[in-house]
Amino acid sequence: MATPVAAVEINKRTRRLLPRRVLPGFGLTLGYTMVYLSLLVLIPLSAVFVRSLGSGWGHFWEVVTAPRVIASLRLSFGASLLAALINVVFGLIVAWVLVRNTFPFKRLVDAMVDLPFALPTAVAGIALTALYAPTGWLGRWLQSLGLQVAFTPLGIVVALTFIGLPFVVRTLQPVLEDLDREVEQAAATLGASGLQAFARVILPALWPALLTGFALAFARAVGEYGSVIFIAGNMPMKSEIAPLLIVTKLEQYDYAGATAIAVVMLVLSFAVMFGINALQHWALSRHGGR
Amino acid sequence: MIDDRGRGLVREYFWFALVLLVLLMGSAAHAAASTLLNVSYDPTREFYDDYNKAFAAYWKGKTGDIVSVNQSHGGSGKQARSVIEGLEADVVTLALAYDIDALAAQGGLIPAGWQGRLPNNSAPYTSTIVFLVRKGNPKNIHDWGDLARPAVSVITPSPKTSGGARWNYLAAWAWALKQPGGNDASAEGFVKKLYHNVPVLDSGARGATVTFVERGIGDVLLAWENEAILAIKESGPARFDIVAPSVSIVAEPPVAVVDQNVDQHGTRKVAEEYLKYLYSRQGQELAAKHFYRPRDPAVAAQYAAQFANIPQLVTIDAVFGGWTRAQATHFADHGTFDKIYGQ
Repeated sequence: MATPVAAVEINKRTRRLLPRRVLPGFGLTLGYTMVYLSLLVLIPLSAVFVRSLGSGWGHFWEVVTAPRVIASLRLSFGASLLAALINVVFGLIVAWVLVRNTFPFKRLVDAMVDLPFALPTAVAGIALTALYAPTGWLGRWLQSLGLQVAFTPLGIVVALTFIGLPFVVRTLQPVLEDLDREVEQAAATLGASGLQAFARVILPALWPALLTGFALAFARAVGEYGSVIFIAGNMPMKSEIAPLLIVTKLEQYDYAGATAIAVVMLVLSFAVMFGINALQHWALSRHGGR
Repeated sequence: MIDDRGRGLVREYFWFALVLLVLLMGSAAHAAASTLLNVSYDPTREFYDDYNKAFAAYWKGKTGDIVSVNQSHGGSGKQARSVIEGLEADVVTLALAYDIDALAAQGGLIPAGWQGRLPNNSAPYTSTIVFLVRKGNPKNIHDWGDLARPAVSVITPSPKTSGGARWNYLAAWAWALKQPGGNDASAEGFVKKLYHNVPVLDSGARGATVTFVERGIGDVLLAWENEAILAIKESGPARFDIVAPSVSIVAEPPVAVVDQNVDQHGTRKVAEEYLKYLYSRQGQELAAKHFYRPRDPAVAAQYAAQFANIPQLVTIDAVFGGWTRAQATHFADHGTFDKIYGQ
């Protein structure tokens, strides 16, 4: 176990130190990064903040504390978290199978993972609704089991899981590929069972990538509109996502109200992302030996 | 030698001037070809395809000039927002006056009194709200009252996101008002019961039609008459019937020239004529062919057979006091529609 881990360790350390010492132009690249980020991210986002306060704090507060808005935020973030969690579990299995096993049409299956990326989200929404509606292929069976998927919050989770899958699989794949089989074999020779080897050796190495995949899938799900709108049913207080309420406000030419909800979504998303990053840092320092 | 060069120069200038002259004349001839952008809502696509060709032919015959009209389609409210935010529409042809009012109120692109500039509230064609039911009308739906019955499932988009669906809501309200002893309270109670029978609130008319026609959900779809007729034409007459309620509302999709943009483009004359021609015999016939109700009585009589017979058609001005009031009372936050869902 000692040699490969140590080699990886040294490799990692030197790679981390290299840019600072050898490559010139740190100031230039940092400046470039800041300008680029400002132009692309900070300035548009600050415009959202400014516009949300267009009619004062009072209006802002009134908008974001309305029961319907709170219900939609709870739904949006709850469904996104659930969908991202589902993707972490099943995305890991998919990535594992794609990396470790060989089977016919593997490349085809591998390419299929990217489809949710490429498909226009509205098409995904319509297809999923056709499938899960009470009259659809799957929906008919589920309905007879007393489970309605389309036009309920469950349908929202299904759509968000669909669009989030590639994020988890594609973040895990390279890490799994880099993972030496010898490490597992070493664990086995030292007497670890398959489960023990997975929990103690493989999972710790995957944590950072799993968290990244989770964060990406979650972020994608929170902002999703096109696919959800067809399957959600859009009933106020029940199956109305926050982005739909933003559109509703815009439909009334209430720009301040629309951006107020957007600001709350931004702040919440940022808080979640920040939390995930902190967790990742902790996982790295604990398991990655940084 | 100097003389020779001088002559060469003169010759060069001569050619230069000639080329310039030709270019100028070319561009002058070019100026007579103009382009209009018509920003419209979703279901008018086929109608304006036909109308634009007819208008181009008419305009060429009248002035000798060539006009080509580009179209943009989308949800009515979204289209209005695009124009407010800078989409350079010469004319707008939207689903409800409220969205064109926004061009005046939010963008200052047109004067507030725009609706009086053309006849008939600036709505050259109209439609109304009818019921699309499954073939043979298995749930026995004949009037608005049937939609509030417990076992009936109604499909209509959310009036909060769909401009067109606001007409559905107002038609239901108007029917309740016209019942014996009807007043605002009874109408609110009725509409509340109706919307409790709505299992899915799609965000737009297209989505609602898909839910009803393709997904097979619901017993009745509240739809604009032109879209209901089109749905039957497209899916074959074997699947759906149209039911005409006793009371409905005149849905007026209005049109307007966007003053600020036409003045900038220098297209005011042709843009105004483009909208006026909608009221002509040919414009009216094209509208009727695409199942909009024409304003011209002669054309209306000619096409009367294709439209539903609704005994009482009310207008938004007569019953609701115009769009601004209707919007504030019913569809703004904390309006009557929000109350249905407990707010």
